[in-house]
Amino acid sequence: MTPAPAAPVLAGAPAARPPAAPPAPGAPRRHPQRRSALPGFGLTLGLTVLWLSLIVLLPLGGLFLKTAELTPERILAILTAPRTLHALQISFGLSLAAAATNLVFGAVIVWALVRYEFPGRRVLDALVDIPFALPTAVAGIALTDLYSTNGWVGRWLEPLGITVAFTPLGIFIALVFIGLPFVVRTVQPVMEDLDRDLEEAAATLGAGRLTTIRRVILPAVVPAFLTGFALAFARAVGEYGSVIFIAGNLPNVSEIAPLLIVIRLEEFRYADATTIACAMLLASFALLFVINALQRWSQHHTGRLG
Amino acid sequence: MSVIAPTEGVPYAVEHFHAATAPPPPLEDIHSEPRLVRAVVIALAILFMGLFILLPLANVFVQAFSKGWAAYGAALVDPDALAAVRLTLLIAAISVATNTVMGLVMAWAITKFEFTGKSLLITLVDLPFSVSPVIAGLVFVLLFGAQGWFGPWLIDHGWKIIFAWPGIALATIFVTFPFVARELIPLMQEQGTQEEEAAVTLGASGWRTFLKVTLPNVKWALLYGVLLCNARAMGEFGAVSVVSGHVRGETNTMPLHIEILYNEYQFQASFAVASLLALLAVVTLLAKTLLEARLGRKGGH
Repeated sequence: MTPAPAAPVLAGAPAARPPAAPPAPGAPRRHPQRRSALPGFGLTLGLTVLWLSLIVLLPLGGLFLKTAELTPERILAILTAPRTLHALQISFGLSLAAAATNLVFGAVIVWALVRYEFPGRRVLDALVDIPFALPTAVAGIALTDLYSTNGWVGRWLEPLGITVAFTPLGIFIALVFIGLPFVVRTVQPVMEDLDRDLEEAAATLGAGRLTTIRRVILPAVVPAFLTGFALAFARAVGEYGSVIFIAGNLPNVSEIAPLLIVIRLEEFRYADATTIACAMLLASFALLFVINALQRWSQHHTGRLG
Repeated sequence: MSVIAPTEGVPYAVEHFHAATAPPPPLEDIHSEPRLVRAVVIALAILFMGLFILLPLANVFVQAFSKGWAAYGAALVDPDALAAVRLTLLIAAISVATNTVMGLVMAWAITKFEFTGKSLLITLVDLPFSVSPVIAGLVFVLLFGAQGWFGPWLIDHGWKIIFAWPGIALATIFVTFPFVARELIPLMQEQGTQEEEAAVTLGASGWRTFLKVTLPNVKWALLYGVLLCNARAMGEFGAVSVVSGHVRGETNTMPLHIEILYNEYQFQASFAVASLLALLAVVTLLAKTLLEARLGRKGGH
C-alpha cells in the first residue's frame, strides 16, 4: 500500500509537523533550524491573537465571569429548576436520539454513495449538504409546513394517530435534518480511502461478505462514525432556528434549552440565561475535546493501517 | 465520480485471480453484496434523502408560488422585505470582508511560522463552531446591552450596538469566524513555505510575496471559504435573533423577516422570502461542487 492515504482535511494540521529533534528543556520559542525567513510573524500573530480575543475569547469569557458572580447555591437553584432540567433533558435527549438515527441512515447513505453506481447518485451526493447550506429558519418553516396536519407528510401521518408538528417528535425530525451531513461528510472520505485489496484478501482467504464487512471494513471506519456522531450531536444540542418553528415550545414538554435562554433573556433574567448558557457551553467544550481526541486517535489508527 | 476509484482496483484483482489455481469466482460476489441487498440499500438512501432533504427544499418553492407569480412578486417588493434584503446584504458584506481579511492573516501566522501553542490556536479559531448561535448572541448582549458592561457608557455616547446593525454584524462575524481560516490552514500548511522563501530571497517584499505567490496558490480554497461564510452570514438566525430587537424595516434580516411573516400566518409571503435564501443555498452548493472538483477535494489530495 502506498504510504500516506491522505489524512482527513479536518485534522491535517498537527500530524503534518515533521518530528523535530527532542527539544531541550525550556526550548526556545522558535526552533533554530525551523526559523522562517518570511516577514510578518509578529504582525500577523499579534493581529490573530487580538482579533480572536476581541471577537471570541473575551465575549465568551464575559459570559463565564457574569455567571461566576452568582453564588453556587443560586447557580444550583437555576440549573435544578424543573423547567431548566426539562429543557436540558429535551435538548440532550433528543439530540442523542437524532444523532443515533443519523448514524444508521448516514451509514446506509455513505455505503450507497461510495460503493454503488446508480442513476442520480451525484445529485444525491450534492443534496447531502443542503442542511449545511439552507438557512435554519427556512428549514424550520419548511419542516413545520410538511409535518403539519395538512402538510405533504403530516396528512398521511394523521390517520395513523402520529402528530409530529408541535410535539417533541417534531424537534427530533428537525435535529435529524440538520445532523445528517455531519455523519455523511465525516465518514464518506474515510470509506473512499479504504483499501479494497484488504477486502479481496479477506475474500480469497475464505471470509464471507458479512465477515469481511464486520472484521475488515468496520474497524477502519468506526472512529469516523464516532466523530460524525459527536459532531451531529454537538450541533443538535445548540440548534435553534430549525427547531423553534416545529417544536410547539411548550414549557417542560417541547421547550429546548437554547429557547429557554432566549426566553430568560427577554424576561431580563440574565442570571438564568447566563447560567444555562454556561452549562451548555461546558458540555459542548467537553464534546469538542472528545471529538479532537477521536480524530487524533483515528489518524493514529489509519496511519498504523498503512 | 467514484467510477475512478473502483475501476482502478479491477485490473489488479483480475490479474490476482488468474494467478491463483482455482477458477476465479465472479468478481461481483467478492466485491459487493447480493443484488437484493444493493437494491435495498440504494432504495433506503434515496427514500431517506427524499423524505428528509429534498421534500423540505421542494416545499419551500411550492409554497412560495402557491398563490401565483403576482403574490410571489408582491411579497418580495414589500418595503419591509426589501429593507430586510438590504440589511442582510450589508451584514453579509461586512462579515465576509472582515473574516476574509482576518482569515488570511490568521492562516499566514499559523501556517508560515513555527511557534508553541499553535495547535491550541487552531482549536480556538474553530471554537465558534461549537457554540450555540443563541449563546453567540447572548455574549454580545452581556457586553453591549443596556444592562451590559459597556452598555451604559455606550448609551451616554449615543452609540447603539445591541438592537441595531452593529450588534447584528458582530454576532454574524462570531458565528462565521472559522469559515475562511479553516479552509486555508490545511492547504497552506501542506504547501509549506519554500515558494515564499524563494521569493523573499530574490528580494520581493513580504506584501508582494503574499500577493504574487501565496494568494494565487490558495485562491480556490479562499473562494470556497468565502462562499460558505457568505451562505452562513446571510442565513444566520439564532445569533442575530438575540441581538436584533426585531424592528420591522430596520433591524430585521431576511431570516428574521421570514419568522415574523410566518408567525403572522402570512405563510405564502414567508415562503416567498425563504425561497430567495433557499435559492442562495442551492447556488452555493452548485458552486461548492464545482470548486471541489477544482480543489480535488474528493479524490484525496
